[in-house]
Amino acid sequence: MLSINQAETSLQKKSKGNLLSKLAKSKEFSVLVALFVLCLVVSLLSPYFLKMQNIFNVLRQISVIGILAVGEALIIITGGIDLSVGSVLGFMGVMTALLAKLHLPPVIIFFAAIIIGSAVSTISGLLTTKIKINPFIVTLGMMSIAKGFSLLITGGMPISIENNITYLGSGYIGPVPVPVIIMFIVAAIGHIFASRTLPGRNIYAVGNNERAAKLSGIRVDRVKIMVFSIMGALCALSGMILSGTLKTAEPTAGSGYEMDVIAAVVIGGASLSGGEGSIIGVIIGAAIMGVLRNSFVLLGVSAYWQVVAIGVVTIGAVALDSLKTKRD
Amino acid sequence: MNTGVLLRIESISKSFPGVKALDGVSFDILEGEVHAIVGENGAGKSTLMNILSGVYAPDTGKLYFAGKEVQFKDPRHAQETGIAMIHQELSLANHLSVMENIYLGRLTRNRFGFVNYKEMYKKCKSDLECLGVTDIDPDTLIADLSVSQMQMVEIAKALSFKSKLIIMDEPSSSLTRKETEMLFATINSLKQSGVSVLYISHRMEEIFEISDRVTVLRDGTYIKTLNTKDTNAKELVSLMVGREFNKTFQRKIKKIQDGEKPILEVQGLSYGKKVNNVSFKLYPGEILALTGLVGAGRTELVQTLFGLYRKESGKILLNGKEVEINSPTEAIKHGLGLVPEGRKTQGLFLGMKIRENITMANLPKLCRFLFIESKNEQEKAEYYVSKLRVKATDIEQQVRYLSGGNQQKTIIARWLLNNPKVLFLDEPTHGVDVGAKSEIYEIINNLASEGVGIVLISSELPEVLTLADRILVMHNGRITGELSREEADQEIIMEYATNQLNKEMVK
Repeated sequence: MLSINQAETSLQKKSKGNLLSKLAKSKEFSVLVALFVLCLVVSLLSPYFLKMQNIFNVLRQISVIGILAVGEALIIITGGIDLSVGSVLGFMGVMTALLAKLHLPPVIIFFAAIIIGSAVSTISGLLTTKIKINPFIVTLGMMSIAKGFSLLITGGMPISIENNITYLGSGYIGPVPVPVIIMFIVAAIGHIFASRTLPGRNIYAVGNNERAAKLSGIRVDRVKIMVFSIMGALCALSGMILSGTLKTAEPTAGSGYEMDVIAAVVIGGASLSGGEGSIIGVIIGAAIMGVLRNSFVLLGVSAYWQVVAIGVVTIGAVALDSLKTKRD
Repeated sequence: MNTGVLLRIESISKSFPGVKALDGVSFDILEGEVHAIVGENGAGKSTLMNILSGVYAPDTGKLYFAGKEVQFKDPRHAQETGIAMIHQELSLANHLSVMENIYLGRLTRNRFGFVNYKEMYKKCKSDLECLGVTDIDPDTLIADLSVSQMQMVEIAKALSFKSKLIIMDEPSSSLTRKETEMLFATINSLKQSGVSVLYISHRMEEIFEISDRVTVLRDGTYIKTLNTKDTNAKELVSLMVGREFNKTFQRKIKKIQDGEKPILEVQGLSYGKKVNNVSFKLYPGEILALTGLVGAGRTELVQTLFGLYRKESGKILLNGKEVEINSPTEAIKHGLGLVPEGRKTQGLFLGMKIRENITMANLPKLCRFLFIESKNEQEKAEYYVSKLRVKATDIEQQVRYLSGGNQQKTIIARWLLNNPKVLFLDEPTHGVDVGAKSEIYEIINNLASEGVGIVLISSELPEVLTLADRILVMHNGRITGELSREEADQEIIMEYATNQLNKEMVK
């Protein structure tokens, strides 16, 4: 009897050990460790860092980047890229303001914005697949087009929003800002979508080997267009959040976000050559970017140096990715 | 013959993740000899060649070239030392001229540093003439040459480095008989001038025709070096496979019954230049081999049938009914399957798991409301892994870590899961070791006996003769011959494949 019990416990121990070692080997784990180390260093340098208010502040900053990074990750896993996320976000903020001026109910505004945002990015998806233009060029063009329209519509002036749709950006549930909750919901859905559904599996297949995916009966073009459509919807969502936070739509809001977003995705373990990456990793990546930005503020680093630092981090992350692929 | 040692290979080892490709290989290459290397796929031939030509560095072991130890930093360094490699896939720049290719990186310049085309043209012409080549103009673009002419250019390029050793990897694989003879004449004249040639080939008759000595490799280890004239094909084969080669897989020929209806019928199918008015019938339970030289259009034919290319004319009938197949997705719905050529380029998702690779073409059926039923998926994958005896730690292993044979079984499993009515197999045993090969033969045979119609593309004639019930030979996009297994042998097939029996269609 005793011996059986012993055997059982040792078996349990073994499986527990396997789980731990599996966890330690996973990519997300090393990114998570990096995040902890970063938080530790910043909290030692600045006592404000761990204050409740600051933590929610950081989380709020992370939320927009995190939501965009989920969509960007899906695109990067298929082997594509979207540089227009920042300006489409800005454009969608402006659209939200216009819709709000029509005194529409928030629910209608919400869905209308999601559809418009999705349509805008679907155009990028169609151009890359049907006319076979490099996604880098298509979305670089789209970045300029979206920004141009934002400026044209607003005449370069911010538009204030007086509608309950701003709740998405400025509301609280208990002490928690609504954007933070939205980010976690998006991340959870994104994670399940990528790891447990048919289209999610197809995204990885296309990024891994497009030719083999085609020969396995996957409609490759549809998969690529789909990830762009999802990206557009997420741009609309973040556009509503960002404009809602300030209760104002800035035509230039979101410009430069593509850097943070792509850096977050790559830091989170996705490979720019496609086929690899996880939503959990990407959210942690977004957290690293958010904490970095926050720490610059807390430590009084000049805003101009922040811009330089984000560039350095982005190149560093991509360099790591490239070294990793080379080693394989 | 000079008997000085040109290159001494001393206990060279090289490992890749999961495989020991070479294990303590040592032998000598003499000056002015033609030295053949034989071994099954995966025996380590290409790894060894890549080490000798500076592509890989060995993990351990030494190379002595002309008595001095050498460590190559890169292929360029090996070339400058005197070892040049002619790859199986020729590595010429298609849109440059012959002379630009030959002197790439060291173009003839005038005193202002500009390229002196006139001078280079003259030099190139005389270099080619030294090789006995007079039909290639130095100004021609590589893209306009035939494969054998490209090979000559590669050789000229190798010689322009003053190479002492030229490595040729399967040089004759895409040459006609006549072109091969020209190649051999060149090799002989190289030998006369004191250049050594390392010759890799699967074709026994060539090895006996051209080589002085032959070295056998098996599973990454050195087996033996023999004088070619003192050995025979049977001895070499048994050294290569490590056992007496008499137990071969034999399939009982399936005869088509009178009145039997074809499962697949193709009428006048055309696609571009590669598929030209092709018609054939395939019966249930039949293995129909499609053979011919590389580039004859076999792959394009099956990929057109599979909906990857839009056919320009012709009809496809399945079970007597005409079908329109515009994409692989539709082909799969109609019960077709394709194990494509080039495992890694067209077949596998290298970064994904065995489980995911197996279920890829069948996933929609394993889903409920777009959610993958993971338990069901897992069971299906487990079942086929054990049925086809895929050797792996578990189904969650990434396919990139499997051996060639097990990777191929994984792709075959993908299609078995789909219960195909017709299965196209494009070079299914390419780069697969002997053991896995006979297992794959058995799988194919079993499928046929379950009534699946099989189209087997293969360049290995022994494989065709082992498995096929009927044989179609293609040349330049056309079917040039149809043979039953009884009337087929390697010679006849090669004649059809090179189209030497013009228009003398059998049946």
